[in-house]
Amino acid sequence: MAQYHLQTPFSEEAVRKLRVRDIVHFDGILFGIRDLNLIYMFDQHHEPPVSLKGMPCIHTAPSLKKVDGKWVPICVGTTTSYRMDRFTPPLVERYGVRAIIGKGGQYEQSLAAMKKWGAVYLAVVGGAASLETQQIEEVEQVYWEHLHPEAIYQFRVKDFGPLTVAMDSHGNNLYSEVNAKAKDKLPEIYRKLGVA
Amino acid sequence: MASFDYKIVEEAAKQLYIRALCDLPPDVREAIKKAAARETQPTAKEIFKAMLAAIDIADAKKTLICQDTGLPIYMVKIGTGFHWDGAEIKDRLYEGAKRATQEFPFRSSSTHFLTRVNPQTSVGPGLPVLYVDFLKDADYLEMLMIPKGSGSENMSTMKMFIPADGIKALKKFVLDSFIAAGANPCPPGIIGVGMGGTADLVMRLAKEAIARPVGQRNPDPEIAKMEQELEDAINATGIGPQGLGGDVSTLAVHIETAHTHITQNPVAVNTQCWPARRARARIYPDGRVEYGY
Repeated sequence: MAQYHLQTPFSEEAVRKLRVRDIVHFDGILFGIRDLNLIYMFDQHHEPPVSLKGMPCIHTAPSLKKVDGKWVPICVGTTTSYRMDRFTPPLVERYGVRAIIGKGGQYEQSLAAMKKWGAVYLAVVGGAASLETQQIEEVEQVYWEHLHPEAIYQFRVKDFGPLTVAMDSHGNNLYSEVNAKAKDKLPEIYRKLGVA
Repeated sequence: MASFDYKIVEEAAKQLYIRALCDLPPDVREAIKKAAARETQPTAKEIFKAMLAAIDIADAKKTLICQDTGLPIYMVKIGTGFHWDGAEIKDRLYEGAKRATQEFPFRSSSTHFLTRVNPQTSVGPGLPVLYVDFLKDADYLEMLMIPKGSGSENMSTMKMFIPADGIKALKKFVLDSFIAAGANPCPPGIIGVGMGGTADLVMRLAKEAIARPVGQRNPDPEIAKMEQELEDAINATGIGPQGLGGDVSTLAVHIETAHTHITQNPVAVNTQCWPARRARARIYPDGRVEYGY
Protein backbone atom coordinates (compact mmCIF):
# COMPACT_ATOMS: atom_id res chain seq x y z
CA MET A 1 0.00 0.00 0.00
CA ALA A 2 1.66 3.18 -1.23
CA GLN A 3 0.50 6.68 -0.31
CA TYR A 4 0.35 9.47 -2.91
CA HIS A 5 -0.28 13.18 -2.75
CA LEU A 6 -1.37 14.49 -6.15
CA GLN A 7 -2.20 17.80 -7.78
CA THR A 8 -4.87 18.34 -10.46
CA PRO A 9 -4.94 18.02 -13.42
CA PHE A 10 -3.71 14.40 -13.24
CA SER A 11 -1.31 13.21 -15.93
CA GLU A 12 -1.75 9.78 -17.48
CA GLU A 13 1.65 8.86 -16.04
CA ALA A 14 0.60 9.75 -12.48
CA VAL A 15 -2.64 7.79 -12.80
CA ARG A 16 -0.93 4.73 -14.30
CA LYS A 17 1.33 4.53 -11.23
CA LEU A 18 -1.63 3.94 -8.93
CA ARG A 19 -2.45 0.38 -7.90
CA VAL A 20 -5.43 -0.99 -6.00
CA ARG A 21 -5.13 -0.52 -2.19
CA ASP A 22 -2.96 2.61 -2.57
CA ILE A 23 -4.15 5.67 -0.67
CA VAL A 24 -4.43 9.02 -2.43
CA HIS A 25 -4.90 12.61 -1.26
CA PHE A 26 -4.91 15.52 -3.69
CA ASP A 27 -5.11 19.31 -4.04
CA GLY A 28 -6.76 21.26 -6.82
CA ILE A 29 -10.01 21.14 -8.73
CA LEU A 30 -12.75 18.56 -8.27
CA PHE A 31 -15.95 18.37 -10.31
CA GLY A 32 -19.22 17.14 -8.76
CA ILE A 33 -21.36 14.98 -11.06
CA ARG A 34 -24.24 12.51 -10.60
CA ASP A 35 -27.44 10.99 -12.10
CA LEU A 36 -29.25 13.98 -13.56
CA ASN A 37 -26.37 16.03 -14.98
CA LEU A 38 -24.95 12.91 -16.68
CA ILE A 39 -28.34 12.08 -18.20
CA TYR A 40 -28.47 15.73 -19.35
CA MET A 41 -24.96 15.49 -20.79
CA PHE A 42 -25.10 12.16 -22.56
CA ASP A 43 -28.76 11.23 -23.12
CA GLN A 44 -29.92 14.76 -23.88
CA HIS A 45 -26.74 15.69 -25.76
CA HIS A 46 -25.33 18.72 -23.98
CA GLU A 47 -21.59 19.25 -24.21
CA PRO A 48 -19.88 19.68 -20.81
CA PRO A 49 -19.89 23.36 -19.84
CA VAL A 50 -16.20 23.19 -18.82
CA SER A 51 -13.20 21.07 -19.79
CA LEU A 52 -12.92 17.92 -17.68
CA LYS A 53 -9.58 16.90 -19.18
CA GLY A 54 -7.25 15.34 -16.61
CA MET A 55 -9.74 16.06 -13.85
CA PRO A 56 -11.26 14.03 -11.05
CA CYS A 57 -15.09 13.86 -10.89
CA ILE A 58 -16.95 12.90 -7.73
CA HIS A 59 -20.43 11.34 -7.45
CA THR A 60 -22.13 13.85 -5.21
CA ALA A 61 -25.26 15.85 -4.45
CA PRO A 62 -24.16 18.65 -2.22
CA SER A 63 -26.15 20.66 0.27
CA LEU A 64 -25.13 24.22 -0.59
CA LYS A 65 -26.57 27.60 0.25
CA LYS A 66 -26.22 30.92 -1.50
CA VAL A 67 -24.79 33.71 0.65
CA ASP A 68 -24.64 37.12 -1.09
CA GLY A 69 -24.82 35.43 -4.49
CA LYS A 70 -22.01 32.97 -3.70
CA TRP A 71 -22.50 29.23 -3.18
CA VAL A 72 -21.10 27.89 0.11
CA PRO A 73 -21.12 24.28 1.26
CA ILE A 74 -23.37 23.04 4.07
CA CYS A 75 -22.54 19.38 3.56
CA VAL A 76 -20.90 17.73 0.58
CA GLY A 77 -20.75 13.95 0.56
CA THR A 78 -20.56 11.03 -1.81
CA THR A 79 -23.33 8.94 -3.30
CA THR A 80 -23.32 5.29 -4.43
CA SER A 81 -21.61 4.90 -7.82
CA TYR A 82 -23.30 1.89 -9.41
CA ARG A 83 -26.09 4.13 -10.73
CA MET A 84 -23.61 6.13 -12.82
CA ASP A 85 -21.71 3.15 -14.28
CA ARG A 86 -22.72 3.61 -17.92
CA PHE A 87 -21.50 7.21 -17.98
CA THR A 88 -17.93 6.45 -16.92
CA PRO A 89 -16.66 5.10 -20.28
CA PRO A 90 -17.68 8.21 -22.28
CA LEU A 91 -16.41 10.55 -19.52
CA VAL A 92 -13.02 8.86 -19.66
CA GLU A 93 -12.80 8.36 -23.43
CA ARG A 94 -14.46 11.47 -24.80
CA TYR A 95 -13.69 14.06 -22.15
CA GLY A 96 -10.41 12.79 -20.68
CA VAL A 97 -11.55 12.40 -17.05
CA ARG A 98 -8.70 10.75 -15.11
CA ALA A 99 -10.43 9.77 -11.88
CA ILE A 100 -13.96 8.89 -10.86
CA ILE A 101 -14.46 9.32 -7.12
CA GLY A 102 -17.36 7.57 -5.42
CA LYS A 103 -18.43 4.81 -3.11
CA GLY A 104 -19.46 1.22 -3.76
CA GLY A 105 -17.53 0.86 -7.01
CA GLN A 106 -18.41 0.34 -10.66
CA TYR A 107 -18.43 -2.52 -13.14
CA GLU A 108 -16.64 -4.14 -16.10
CA GLN A 109 -17.35 -1.47 -18.74
CA SER A 110 -15.89 1.24 -16.50
CA LEU A 111 -12.88 -0.87 -15.60
CA ALA A 112 -12.19 -1.59 -19.30
CA ALA A 113 -12.38 2.12 -20.20
CA MET A 114 -10.06 3.00 -17.32
CA LYS A 115 -7.53 0.44 -18.51
CA LYS A 116 -7.70 1.60 -22.12
CA TRP A 117 -7.61 5.35 -21.57
CA GLY A 118 -5.72 5.65 -18.26
CA ALA A 119 -8.08 6.45 -15.44
CA VAL A 120 -8.86 5.18 -11.93
CA TYR A 121 -11.77 4.80 -9.54
CA LEU A 122 -10.99 6.24 -6.11
CA ALA A 123 -13.17 5.19 -3.17
CA VAL A 124 -14.08 7.86 -0.70
CA VAL A 125 -15.09 6.88 2.84
CA GLY A 126 -18.87 6.88 2.36
CA GLY A 127 -20.78 8.49 5.22
CA ALA A 128 -17.86 10.71 6.22
CA ALA A 129 -19.27 13.80 4.52
CA SER A 130 -18.30 16.17 7.33
CA LEU A 131 -14.65 15.34 6.59
CA GLU A 132 -15.10 15.88 2.84
CA THR A 133 -16.85 19.18 3.42
CA GLN A 134 -13.97 20.42 5.55
CA GLN A 135 -11.54 19.64 2.71
CA ILE A 136 -13.45 21.88 0.28
CA GLU A 137 -11.91 25.34 0.24
CA GLU A 138 -14.38 26.89 -2.17
CA VAL A 139 -17.27 26.24 -4.51
CA GLU A 140 -15.64 28.00 -7.48
CA GLN A 141 -18.43 27.59 -9.98
CA VAL A 142 -21.82 25.97 -10.44
CA TYR A 143 -22.61 24.99 -14.05
CA TRP A 144 -26.09 24.07 -15.26
CA GLU A 145 -27.48 25.67 -12.11
CA HIS A 146 -31.08 24.83 -13.15
CA LEU A 147 -30.26 21.20 -12.28
CA HIS A 148 -29.26 21.98 -8.66
CA PRO A 149 -28.79 19.90 -6.42
CA GLU A 150 -27.72 17.86 -9.44
CA ALA A 151 -25.85 20.63 -11.27
CA ILE A 152 -22.13 20.38 -12.09
CA TYR A 153 -20.04 21.79 -9.28
CA GLN A 154 -16.46 22.98 -9.47
CA PHE A 155 -14.84 22.66 -6.04
CA ARG A 156 -11.36 23.73 -5.00
CA VAL A 157 -10.07 21.16 -2.52
CA LYS A 158 -7.09 20.83 -0.22
CA ASP A 159 -5.66 17.50 0.91
CA PHE A 160 -8.80 15.72 -0.30
CA GLY A 161 -8.91 12.15 1.02
CA PRO A 162 -8.18 9.52 2.12
CA LEU A 163 -9.17 7.90 -1.17
CA THR A 164 -8.51 4.20 -1.73
CA VAL A 165 -7.55 3.19 -5.26
CA ALA A 166 -10.33 0.66 -5.76
CA MET A 167 -10.16 0.25 -9.57
CA ASP A 168 -6.83 0.90 -11.27
CA SER A 169 -5.77 1.39 -14.89
CA HIS A 170 -4.32 -2.11 -15.09
CA GLY A 171 -7.61 -3.99 -14.93
CA ASN A 172 -7.70 -4.57 -11.16
CA ASN A 173 -10.94 -4.10 -9.24
CA LEU A 174 -10.54 -4.27 -5.46
CA TYR A 175 -14.30 -4.76 -4.91
CA SER A 176 -14.35 -7.84 -7.17
CA GLU A 177 -11.18 -9.11 -5.51
CA VAL A 178 -12.64 -8.76 -2.01
CA ASN A 179 -15.92 -10.28 -3.14
CA ALA A 180 -14.20 -13.23 -4.85
CA LYS A 181 -12.19 -13.91 -1.68
CA ALA A 182 -15.39 -13.84 0.38
CA LYS A 183 -17.00 -16.32 -2.01
CA ASP A 184 -14.01 -18.64 -1.71
CA LYS A 185 -14.47 -18.65 2.06
CA LEU A 186 -18.23 -19.19 1.86
CA PRO A 187 -18.36 -23.02 1.99
CA GLU A 188 -16.39 -22.95 5.25
CA ILE A 189 -18.51 -20.09 6.67
CA TYR A 190 -21.72 -21.94 5.71
CA ARG A 191 -20.42 -25.06 7.46
CA LYS A 192 -19.63 -23.15 10.66
CA LEU A 193 -23.02 -21.47 10.57
CA GLY A 194 -24.71 -24.85 10.09
CA VAL A 195 -26.40 -23.89 6.84
CA ALA A 196 -24.31 -25.89 4.35
CA MET B 1 -55.95 17.08 27.83
CA ALA B 2 -56.83 20.29 26.04
CA SER B 3 -54.10 22.14 27.89
CA PHE B 4 -51.17 20.29 26.31
CA ASP B 5 -49.42 22.44 23.73
CA TYR B 6 -48.56 20.22 20.73
CA LYS B 7 -46.03 22.81 19.53
CA ILE B 8 -43.77 20.97 21.98
CA VAL B 9 -44.08 17.77 19.93
CA GLU B 10 -43.39 19.68 16.71
CA GLU B 11 -40.30 21.33 18.19
CA ALA B 12 -39.03 17.97 19.50
CA ALA B 13 -39.64 16.35 16.08
CA LYS B 14 -37.54 19.10 14.51
CA GLN B 15 -34.77 18.86 17.10
CA LEU B 16 -34.64 15.07 16.83
CA TYR B 17 -34.07 15.16 13.06
CA ILE B 18 -31.20 17.64 13.47
CA ARG B 19 -29.73 15.86 16.49
CA ALA B 20 -29.79 12.50 14.71
CA LEU B 21 -27.98 13.91 11.67
CA CYS B 22 -25.26 15.70 13.67
CA ASP B 23 -24.65 13.75 16.87
CA LEU B 24 -23.95 10.01 16.70
CA PRO B 25 -25.09 7.97 19.75
CA PRO B 26 -22.32 7.05 22.25
CA ASP B 27 -22.77 3.31 21.60
CA VAL B 28 -22.12 3.82 17.87
CA ARG B 29 -19.01 5.92 18.56
CA GLU B 30 -17.75 3.25 20.94
CA ALA B 31 -18.41 0.48 18.39
CA ILE B 32 -16.49 2.34 15.66
CA LYS B 33 -13.55 2.95 18.03
CA LYS B 34 -13.46 -0.72 19.02
CA ALA B 35 -13.69 -1.78 15.37
CA ALA B 36 -10.84 0.56 14.46
CA ALA B 37 -8.72 -0.89 17.27
CA ARG B 38 -9.20 -4.50 16.20
CA GLU B 39 -8.79 -3.89 12.44
CA THR B 40 -5.44 -5.13 11.10
CA GLN B 41 -5.51 -4.34 7.36
CA PRO B 42 -3.69 -1.10 6.45
CA THR B 43 -6.25 0.32 3.99
CA ALA B 44 -9.09 -0.53 6.34
CA LYS B 45 -7.26 1.23 9.20
CA GLU B 46 -7.05 4.41 7.09
CA ILE B 47 -10.78 4.17 6.43
CA PHE B 48 -11.56 3.90 10.15
CA LYS B 49 -9.37 6.94 10.83
CA ALA B 50 -11.46 8.95 8.35
CA MET B 51 -14.69 7.77 10.01
CA LEU B 52 -13.47 8.88 13.44
CA ALA B 53 -12.33 12.22 11.99
CA ALA B 54 -15.77 12.72 10.41
CA ILE B 55 -17.46 12.18 13.79
CA ASP B 56 -15.14 14.71 15.47
CA ILE B 57 -15.64 17.32 12.73
CA ALA B 58 -19.43 16.97 12.95
CA ASP B 59 -19.15 17.54 16.73
CA ALA B 60 -16.86 20.53 16.44
CA LYS B 61 -18.76 22.24 13.63
CA LYS B 62 -22.22 21.12 14.73
CA THR B 63 -22.88 19.87 11.23
CA LEU B 64 -24.11 16.76 9.44
CA ILE B 65 -21.96 13.64 9.48
CA CYS B 66 -23.37 12.38 6.17
CA GLN B 67 -24.99 14.39 3.37
CA ASP B 68 -27.73 11.79 2.94
CA THR B 69 -30.37 13.25 5.21
CA GLY B 70 -32.46 10.16 4.45
CA LEU B 71 -36.16 9.68 4.81
CA PRO B 72 -37.40 10.57 8.30
CA ILE B 73 -38.73 7.73 10.44
CA TYR B 74 -40.38 8.38 13.80
CA MET B 75 -40.97 5.43 16.11
CA VAL B 76 -43.49 6.68 18.64
CA LYS B 77 -44.62 5.04 21.86
CA ILE B 78 -47.66 6.57 23.50
CA GLY B 79 -48.02 6.27 27.24
CA THR B 80 -51.61 5.33 28.00
CA GLY B 81 -51.65 7.19 31.33
CA PHE B 82 -52.35 10.49 29.51
CA HIS B 83 -54.85 11.28 26.78
CA TRP B 84 -52.42 11.95 23.94
CA ASP B 85 -54.04 13.11 20.70
CA GLY B 86 -52.60 10.72 18.08
CA ALA B 87 -53.78 12.67 15.02
CA GLU B 88 -52.22 15.84 16.41
CA ILE B 89 -48.93 14.00 17.05
CA LYS B 90 -48.88 12.78 13.43
CA ASP B 91 -49.38 16.31 12.08
CA ARG B 92 -46.67 17.71 14.35
CA LEU B 93 -44.11 15.10 13.27
CA TYR B 94 -44.73 16.12 9.65
CA GLU B 95 -44.30 19.81 10.47
CA GLY B 96 -41.26 19.19 12.66
CA ALA B 97 -39.41 17.21 9.97
CA LYS B 98 -40.25 19.90 7.41
CA ARG B 99 -39.08 22.70 9.67
CA ALA B 100 -35.81 20.90 10.45
CA THR B 101 -35.12 20.67 6.71
CA GLN B 102 -35.92 24.30 5.96
CA GLU B 103 -34.59 25.95 9.10
CA PHE B 104 -31.25 24.13 9.58
CA PRO B 105 -31.24 24.07 6.44
CA PHE B 106 -30.25 20.69 4.97
CA ARG B 107 -30.99 18.76 1.79
CA SER B 108 -34.47 17.32 1.38
CA SER B 109 -34.13 13.76 0.13
CA SER B 110 -37.84 13.07 -0.43
CA THR B 111 -39.31 13.10 -3.90
CA HIS B 112 -42.51 12.29 -5.81
CA PHE B 113 -42.07 8.65 -6.89
CA LEU B 114 -43.38 9.35 -10.42
CA THR B 115 -42.50 12.94 -11.32
CA ARG B 116 -39.31 12.86 -9.18
CA VAL B 117 -40.09 16.41 -8.05
CA ASN B 118 -38.51 17.12 -4.65
CA PRO B 119 -40.87 19.11 -2.37
CA GLN B 120 -37.78 20.41 -0.46
CA THR B 121 -39.39 19.42 2.84
CA SER B 122 -38.10 15.84 3.48
CA VAL B 123 -41.77 14.84 3.80
CA GLY B 124 -44.82 14.41 1.55
CA PRO B 125 -47.67 11.92 1.20
CA GLY B 126 -46.84 8.87 3.34
CA LEU B 127 -43.86 10.57 5.00
CA PRO B 128 -42.49 10.74 7.61
CA VAL B 129 -42.64 7.01 8.17
CA LEU B 130 -44.51 6.53 11.43
CA TYR B 131 -44.41 3.59 13.82
CA VAL B 132 -46.89 3.68 16.69
CA ASP B 133 -46.93 1.56 19.81
CA PHE B 134 -48.25 2.00 23.33
CA LEU B 135 -46.74 2.00 26.79
CA LYS B 136 -48.75 0.77 29.76
CA ASP B 137 -48.03 2.35 33.16
CA ALA B 138 -46.51 5.46 31.56
CA ASP B 139 -47.93 8.90 30.89
CA TYR B 140 -45.18 10.17 28.59
CA LEU B 141 -44.70 10.16 24.83
CA GLU B 142 -41.50 8.51 23.61
CA MET B 143 -40.15 9.37 20.15
CA LEU B 144 -37.21 7.69 18.44
CA MET B 145 -36.10 9.36 15.22
CA ILE B 146 -34.06 7.65 12.49
CA PRO B 147 -33.00 9.42 9.28
CA LYS B 148 -32.64 6.46 6.92
CA GLY B 149 -30.06 6.90 4.17
CA SER B 150 -30.57 5.30 0.78
CA GLY B 151 -27.20 3.58 0.38
CA SER B 152 -28.23 1.08 3.02
CA GLU B 153 -32.01 1.15 2.48
CA ASN B 154 -31.62 0.28 -1.23
CA MET B 155 -29.97 -3.00 -0.19
CA SER B 156 -32.97 -4.26 1.82
CA THR B 157 -34.11 -7.83 1.19
CA MET B 158 -37.08 -9.98 2.20
CA LYS B 159 -38.15 -13.52 1.47
CA MET B 160 -41.03 -15.77 2.42
CA PHE B 161 -39.47 -19.17 3.05
CA ILE B 162 -41.59 -22.22 3.93
CA PRO B 163 -41.47 -24.19 7.18
CA ALA B 164 -39.67 -27.10 5.47
CA ASP B 165 -36.72 -24.78 4.72
CA GLY B 166 -36.07 -24.46 8.45
CA ILE B 167 -34.23 -21.78 10.37
CA LYS B 168 -31.04 -22.46 8.42
CA ALA B 169 -32.59 -20.96 5.26
CA LEU B 170 -33.09 -17.70 7.18
CA LYS B 171 -29.51 -17.64 8.43
CA LYS B 172 -28.12 -18.34 4.97
CA PHE B 173 -30.36 -15.63 3.51
CA VAL B 174 -28.97 -13.04 5.95
CA LEU B 175 -25.38 -13.91 5.05
CA ASP B 176 -26.09 -14.00 1.29
CA SER B 177 -27.91 -10.65 1.48
CA PHE B 178 -24.89 -9.13 3.19
CA ILE B 179 -22.52 -10.38 0.48
CA ALA B 180 -24.82 -9.27 -2.35
CA ALA B 181 -25.01 -5.75 -0.85
CA GLY B 182 -21.20 -5.56 -0.84
CA ALA B 183 -19.77 -2.06 -0.52
CA ASN B 184 -23.04 -0.20 -1.21
CA PRO B 185 -24.56 0.14 2.29
CA CYS B 186 -21.41 1.80 3.74
CA PRO B 187 -20.19 -1.13 5.86
CA PRO B 188 -19.48 -1.84 8.67
CA GLY B 189 -23.06 -1.10 9.72
CA ILE B 190 -25.75 -2.73 11.81
CA ILE B 191 -27.42 -5.68 10.09
CA GLY B 192 -31.07 -5.59 11.15
CA VAL B 193 -32.92 -8.87 10.77
CA GLY B 194 -36.60 -9.67 11.11
CA MET B 195 -37.76 -13.25 11.52
CA GLY B 196 -41.42 -14.31 11.65
CA GLY B 197 -44.61 -12.27 11.30
CA THR B 198 -46.19 -11.37 7.97
CA ALA B 199 -44.52 -9.90 4.86
CA ASP B 200 -44.90 -6.34 6.16
CA LEU B 201 -44.25 -7.14 9.82
CA VAL B 202 -41.00 -8.98 9.10
CA MET B 203 -39.50 -5.88 7.44
CA ARG B 204 -40.76 -3.72 10.27
CA LEU B 205 -39.00 -6.05 12.70
CA ALA B 206 -35.77 -5.66 10.72
CA LYS B 207 -36.16 -1.89 10.95
CA GLU B 208 -36.80 -2.06 14.70
CA ALA B 209 -33.66 -4.21 14.96
CA ILE B 210 -31.44 -1.44 13.54
CA ALA B 211 -32.97 1.00 16.05
CA ARG B 212 -31.39 -0.82 19.01
CA PRO B 213 -28.14 0.45 20.55
CA VAL B 214 -25.20 -1.31 18.86
CA GLY B 215 -24.59 -4.76 20.21
CA GLN B 216 -27.54 -4.82 22.61
CA ARG B 217 -28.49 -8.46 22.47
CA ASN B 218 -31.99 -9.84 21.98
CA PRO B 219 -33.27 -10.87 25.45
CA ASP B 220 -34.04 -14.40 24.19
CA PRO B 221 -30.78 -16.37 24.63
CA GLU B 222 -31.50 -18.54 21.56
CA ILE B 223 -31.88 -15.46 19.38
CA ALA B 224 -28.88 -13.75 21.00
CA LYS B 225 -26.80 -16.81 20.11
CA MET B 226 -27.96 -16.56 16.50
CA GLU B 227 -27.00 -12.87 16.45
CA GLN B 228 -23.48 -13.77 17.54
CA GLU B 229 -23.18 -16.60 15.00
CA LEU B 230 -24.28 -14.36 12.14
CA GLU B 231 -21.97 -11.58 13.29
CA ASP B 232 -19.02 -13.99 13.27
CA ALA B 233 -20.03 -15.33 9.85
CA ILE B 234 -20.31 -11.85 8.32
CA ASN B 235 -17.00 -10.70 9.79
CA ALA B 236 -15.35 -13.87 8.47
CA THR B 237 -16.16 -12.81 4.87
CA GLY B 238 -13.41 -10.17 4.97
CA ILE B 239 -15.61 -7.69 3.03
CA GLY B 240 -14.45 -5.05 5.51
CA PRO B 241 -15.13 -1.33 5.91
CA GLN B 242 -16.52 0.23 2.71
CA GLY B 243 -16.33 -3.21 1.06
CA LEU B 244 -12.61 -2.71 0.40
CA GLY B 245 -11.43 -5.63 2.55
CA GLY B 246 -10.79 -5.91 6.27
CA ASP B 247 -11.52 -7.71 9.51
CA VAL B 248 -14.61 -5.73 10.50
CA SER B 249 -17.58 -6.07 8.16
CA THR B 250 -20.38 -5.35 10.61
CA LEU B 251 -20.70 -3.54 13.94
CA ALA B 252 -23.47 -5.90 15.05
CA VAL B 253 -26.28 -8.18 13.93
CA HIS B 254 -29.60 -7.47 15.64
CA ILE B 255 -32.58 -9.80 15.29
CA GLU B 256 -36.21 -9.06 16.18
CA THR B 257 -38.82 -11.77 15.99
CA ALA B 258 -42.57 -12.40 15.99
CA HIS B 259 -44.83 -15.40 15.75
CA THR B 260 -45.75 -16.30 12.20
CA HIS B 261 -48.32 -18.37 10.28
CA ILE B 262 -48.07 -22.18 10.44
CA THR B 263 -47.29 -22.19 6.70
CA GLN B 264 -44.79 -19.33 6.75
CA ASN B 265 -41.12 -18.77 7.54
CA PRO B 266 -40.31 -15.15 6.62
CA VAL B 267 -37.04 -13.24 6.92
CA ALA B 268 -36.02 -9.65 6.16
CA VAL B 269 -32.73 -7.77 6.23
CA ASN B 270 -32.50 -4.01 6.69
CA THR B 271 -29.01 -2.59 7.02
CA GLN B 272 -28.00 0.59 8.80
CA CYS B 273 -24.88 2.42 7.58
CA TRP B 274 -21.86 2.80 9.90
CA PRO B 275 -23.03 6.27 10.98
CA ALA B 276 -26.01 4.58 12.66
CA ARG B 277 -27.95 7.76 13.34
CA ARG B 278 -30.77 7.97 15.84
CA ALA B 279 -32.08 10.39 18.46
CA ARG B 280 -34.69 10.03 21.17
CA ALA B 281 -36.98 12.32 23.15
CA ARG B 282 -39.38 11.73 25.98
CA ILE B 283 -42.17 14.26 26.38
CA TYR B 284 -44.13 14.51 29.62
CA PRO B 285 -47.72 15.79 30.01
CA ASP B 286 -46.38 18.87 31.85
CA GLY B 287 -44.38 19.84 28.72
CA ARG B 288 -40.92 18.71 29.88
CA VAL B 289 -38.75 17.21 27.12
CA GLU B 290 -35.77 14.93 27.80
CA TYR B 291 -33.41 14.24 24.90
CA GLY B 292 -31.29 11.14 24.50
CA TYR B 293 -30.36 8.49 21.96
